[in-house]
Amino acid sequence: MIHDLRGPQGRPQRAAFIVAGLLAALGGLALWQGFALPDKGGYAGMGSGGLPKFVGAGLLALAAGHVWTGLRAQGPLPPRIQPAPVLWIVAGLLAQLLLLKPLGFTIASGLLFALTAAGLGRSLRITLPVGLALAFAIYAVFDQLLQLHLPAGWIETLVFGG
Amino acid sequence: MTTFDFLIQGLGMAMDPMILLYALIGVTLGTAVGVLPGIGPALTVALLLPVTYGLDPAGSLIMFAGIYYGGMYGGSTTSILLNTPGESASIVTALEGNKMARAGRGGPALATAAIGSFVAGLIATLALAFLAPHIVKLALIFGPREYFALMMLAFVTVSAAFGDSAMKGLTSLFVGLFLALVGIDQLTGQARLSFGVPELLDGVEVTTLAVALFAIGEALFVASHGTMAADKIEAVKGSVWMTRADWARSWKPWLRGTAIGFPIGAMPAGGAEIGTLLSYAAEKRLAKNPEEFGHGAIEGVAGPEAANNASAAGTLVPLLTLGLPTSATAAILLAGFQQFGLQPGPLLFVTSPQLVWGLIASLLIANVMLLVLNLPLIRLWVKLLTIPKPWLYAGILLFATLGTIGMNPSPVELAMLLTFGIMGFAMRVHGYPIAPVVVGLILGPMAEQQLRRALSIAQGDWTTLVSTPIAAGILLAAALALVVPMILRLRGRGEVLSRLAADED
Repeated sequence: MIHDLRGPQGRPQRAAFIVAGLLAALGGLALWQGFALPDKGGYAGMGSGGLPKFVGAGLLALAAGHVWTGLRAQGPLPPRIQPAPVLWIVAGLLAQLLLLKPLGFTIASGLLFALTAAGLGRSLRITLPVGLALAFAIYAVFDQLLQLHLPAGWIETLVFGG
Repeated sequence: MTTFDFLIQGLGMAMDPMILLYALIGVTLGTAVGVLPGIGPALTVALLLPVTYGLDPAGSLIMFAGIYYGGMYGGSTTSILLNTPGESASIVTALEGNKMARAGRGGPALATAAIGSFVAGLIATLALAFLAPHIVKLALIFGPREYFALMMLAFVTVSAAFGDSAMKGLTSLFVGLFLALVGIDQLTGQARLSFGVPELLDGVEVTTLAVALFAIGEALFVASHGTMAADKIEAVKGSVWMTRADWARSWKPWLRGTAIGFPIGAMPAGGAEIGTLLSYAAEKRLAKNPEEFGHGAIEGVAGPEAANNASAAGTLVPLLTLGLPTSATAAILLAGFQQFGLQPGPLLFVTSPQLVWGLIASLLIANVMLLVLNLPLIRLWVKLLTIPKPWLYAGILLFATLGTIGMNPSPVELAMLLTFGIMGFAMRVHGYPIAPVVVGLILGPMAEQQLRRALSIAQGDWTTLVSTPIAAGILLAAALALVVPMILRLRGRGEVLSRLAADED
């Protein structure tokens, strides 16, 4: 959903139409699910499909509402946002998501920390070592002391053993 | 046994050294997150849920409640010294408090906020204790239709009654309800919207959603403003003690704030913000020198601060007696109870009286701890405000993902975290409220269950929903709460409502 927020050049209504599209998609999905489920209403006369149908209808109505607002007079200008720091953080979260299993908690979470702090204006050369050290310390405390199971990679195995 | 006996018994339990330690950790953490801008009590409790799986249920719940109370205290510090409310219930405090700090009266402003919070917290917690048994008695005659009606009321007040647009609030609510559909239907066991992905059969975790919306969404939102110059922190000049005149001007606003905040928190009427705004308006009208408002009137700090703590205690009334969360924090607290296999509601008072009364008694003690933590140690908390933003938010994200990874280290869970995080960011940018999503996710399945149960009992007859005066009355109130604000907005009176916007805490 990032692309619709990119900057002030977009017309104010565009956001409303994109939200309307997303709501309509969700609503359609819920409606489809509502009708796809075999009806086991029993005594209530309303089974598992009832709420999905209601939510789907509601979402479609809200989508229509957004289209209506989008067509009406200009709304407030979309707020100015800077995409670069946002993308740094999203990159950090993606890196953590992808690297957690293969490389373990320390590297994956250290990267998240490093990229976030870098996105907010610190140099990677400082944030990377700080992030790795902090993530390692957290692993040591939470996994070793508090018994919270965090995925281990080669660093963790090397230090604490398999 | 009377309420008084129960309270004494609860105090006995609360005095246990381990429980005292849990309460102390809770109020300390709560104050810290209240002081830090960007993270609030809802997020903190959500982060701690996975860590407390193995701990003592009573202790953990007392810690969570301590965080809630502490957040209300700590938020005022940020408002007064930084002019940036640490959490949403302290927005009004910033109006007068920051002016006082700039005029060199930051000490008395912090003092009246802390003592006012203490007075309000004490009175409101006692009110909770004495009111709860009566509501429990009433709740025992409630059937599924009354619960369903109450939940409808909670949905409407959280999403549509306040804020600048009913449509935006309802959009948030329906997104939450949509997310609530994912997973196995509790009544028939049919899978909904899971698309054959096994991780989705369990549904969307409340903690994952809350962490993503509050922590990641907020971090992205702050980052999107770029690297601005640091905010100016007003130094605490002079003594934190109040003069005789300050006391004389503060005590009535404290009591009035409590009287306004508690019922508003106790009714399913959104978060603590509304009470603070009403209290501010009341103080402004009743003040002997209203011209001082806007330039640092101490009444404008004392009243709203008392009101927000009283609402926090008030919110616990429907949560404990009916199992009904009326704010995002209460929704997360409910998830905390459920994590330990406890279902708040009238039966909890019967099945685990020690726990309920221990919790209430602990809140009284937590209040005393908070007064001590906040007044003499205020300069320590101010230091927290000097943490540079890059480190602060990097740390928040590290801990936010730690909770999710510790609970379930699957890429699907982390992908949900990322998706909802971006959703939370987009919602903030475009002014959609966050709390209704969380409340929709947690209350949605409960409301569905009650509705289908009510319909089962009546063999599919929908008129059963309005067949008792209580259920019909509550549904009527819900309908009014939906329609009246819409009419007000259409007639150009929406300004007041948008100022009453219920935000994340």
